[in-house]
Amino acid sequence: MNEHNGCAKVEMTLPSDPQLLCVVRVAAERMATRVGFDEQQVEQIGLAVNEALANVIEHGYEGATDCPMEIVLVDVDSPEHGMGLRIAVRDRGRQVDPTVIRSRELNEVRPGGLGVHIIRTVMDDVEYVRRSDGGMEMTMTKWVVP
Amino acid sequence: MNDLSISVQSRGQAAVVHVAGEVDMHRSPQLRDRLHMLDTKKVTRVVIDLSEVPYMDSSGIATLVEAMQKYKRADTALTLASLQPRVKAVVEIARLDQIFDLAGSVDEALEE
Repeated sequence: MNEHNGCAKVEMTLPSDPQLLCVVRVAAERMATRVGFDEQQVEQIGLAVNEALANVIEHGYEGATDCPMEIVLVDVDSPEHGMGLRIAVRDRGRQVDPTVIRSRELNEVRPGGLGVHIIRTVMDDVEYVRRSDGGMEMTMTKWVVP
Repeated sequence: MNDLSISVQSRGQAAVVHVAGEVDMHRSPQLRDRLHMLDTKKVTRVVIDLSEVPYMDSSGIATLVEAMQKYKRADTALTLASLQPRVKAVVEIARLDQIFDLAGSVDEALEE
C-alpha cells in the first residue's frame, strides 16, 4: 500500500474537545468523497473517525478537553485493493495493550462500549499500536472496493 | 457550536420528545439530561421524534439505550420515530434495531 503520485494528505492537530469532533468528521467525509467512495461509505468513514476520536477523549484522556490529538488523512493506492483512504489517529494519552482493544459482546444490551465495534464493522483494516514516545496510534483503512 | 433543540409535547398518555440537531459526544449529555428529567409517572409511552436528527454517534445511541432501560423500570415504553437513514444505519450496526421499538412516524408510534 503506497501513497501515490498526486495523493492528498491532510494533517490536523486539535485539542481533545468534543465540540471539534464534527470538524474532523466533515473533513474526513470530504476526503472520502474525493477518493471516490459512495455516499454510504463516506458516512461510515465519518462515523469511524468520530468514534476513534471520542475513544481517545474518553479513554486516552479520561475526558480532558485540552490534550493533543493528531489526525492524518491520506488517500492510498494498493495493487491488491485499488484506491482507499487511510486514517491515523495519534494521542499522548494512556497506553493500553493493543490486543485488549476489541468489540464488546453485543448480546448484552447496555449503554456504551460500541465505538470499537462500529469502527471494526465499517473499516476494512484497523490497527492499534503503542507509540514509542508515549500515547497510542490507531490506523484504519477503507477501500473503495472492499 | 449550536446546542440541540429539544422540546416535549404531551399527546394523551404519551410524551413526544422532538430533537433537532446532530447528536454526538458533545451534544448527547444535553439529550441525556432532558430524557432523565422527563416525568414518566404521567405517561405510558415516550416517543422520541428523530426526524430532524441527521447524525448520531455511539454516544447518542448509548443515551437512548440508557433512557429505554430507565423508562422500562417505570413501565413506560420508549419508541424511536422517524429515523433518518444515517441514524438508522448506526442503530443497525449496533444491532439494536431489534431491541429498540422503531416507528416510521410519531403518529404511527402513538397508534401502537
